[in-house]
Amino acid sequence: MEFERIVFYVLSAILVFAATRVITVRNPVHAALHLVLAFFTCAGLWLLLEAEFLAFTLVLVYVGAVMVLFLFVVMMLDINVAEMREGFVRNLPVGLTVAGLMILELWLVMKNKAFDAAQMPEPPAHVAGYSNTREIGSVLYTDYVYPFEIASVILVVAIIAAIALTLRKRKASKRQDPAEQVKVRRQDRVRVIKMEAESRD
Amino acid sequence: MVLSDFLILGSVLFGLSVAGIFINRKNVILLLMCIELMLLAVNTNFIAFSHFLGDTAGQVFVFFILTVAAAEAAIGLAILVVLFRNRQSINVEDLDRLKG
Repeated sequence: MEFERIVFYVLSAILVFAATRVITVRNPVHAALHLVLAFFTCAGLWLLLEAEFLAFTLVLVYVGAVMVLFLFVVMMLDINVAEMREGFVRNLPVGLTVAGLMILELWLVMKNKAFDAAQMPEPPAHVAGYSNTREIGSVLYTDYVYPFEIASVILVVAIIAAIALTLRKRKASKRQDPAEQVKVRRQDRVRVIKMEAESRD
Repeated sequence: MVLSDFLILGSVLFGLSVAGIFINRKNVILLLMCIELMLLAVNTNFIAFSHFLGDTAGQVFVFFILTVAAAEAAIGLAILVVLFRNRQSINVEDLDRLKG
């Protein structure tokens, strides 16, 4: 058995283990940490497939940003874990049946002759100095430039939506409101009162 | 390594996350995590095909999926925080206000 195959099987075993823990573990924090393990392992598998840029993007974006966000939210919310686990045992047979059927169906398709070594041989290794990042970049900024722009718009929308959803006006904060300041009139601030002069004694 | 190895790994991962959606259907956070796992399985398939067909388009597609998934996670978690602020619960069964 060649080395890459051993690496593939080890990483796959870790990945399946981590995914199983994500869906069965009791504590959401542990689930998030196992999901981090799954992402890391999957990045290793992507490295085996010579998709270096995406493997590192997965680690940077997912492990570095998305999962940290998940952990923050999980720790910020006070979740009643026991209540959340209700129905776990009751739904387990249904879930396993559906998942089993789905895996079986997909397996029947994936075991197809079209995907085995004779039809789809391992592609030859790239020459020295080949850069996966350069390859992706050269396609991304030419053929896929419009989808790229749309992706950036989606990210902007996501930023604005996330801020707008969670923004809360604080009543106690003391800050200037320029509109109110401009709108103010003399009679709002100064009141001239006529009154009798008092006598000197 | 054969292409079908990666495809079967992807399908096992996808099946596990579907099972996760069934058995954790009360906890919105775990549902979001299962969706992330599903996307990971799909991305693995894309990259496997991209590698074995020698076509970079698959990797570009994964790039876009990662972008959209990050946006989805950000908005989903923001909605979750607002939800928890209003209802003090993220139990899916408590979200029945629209029920007639």
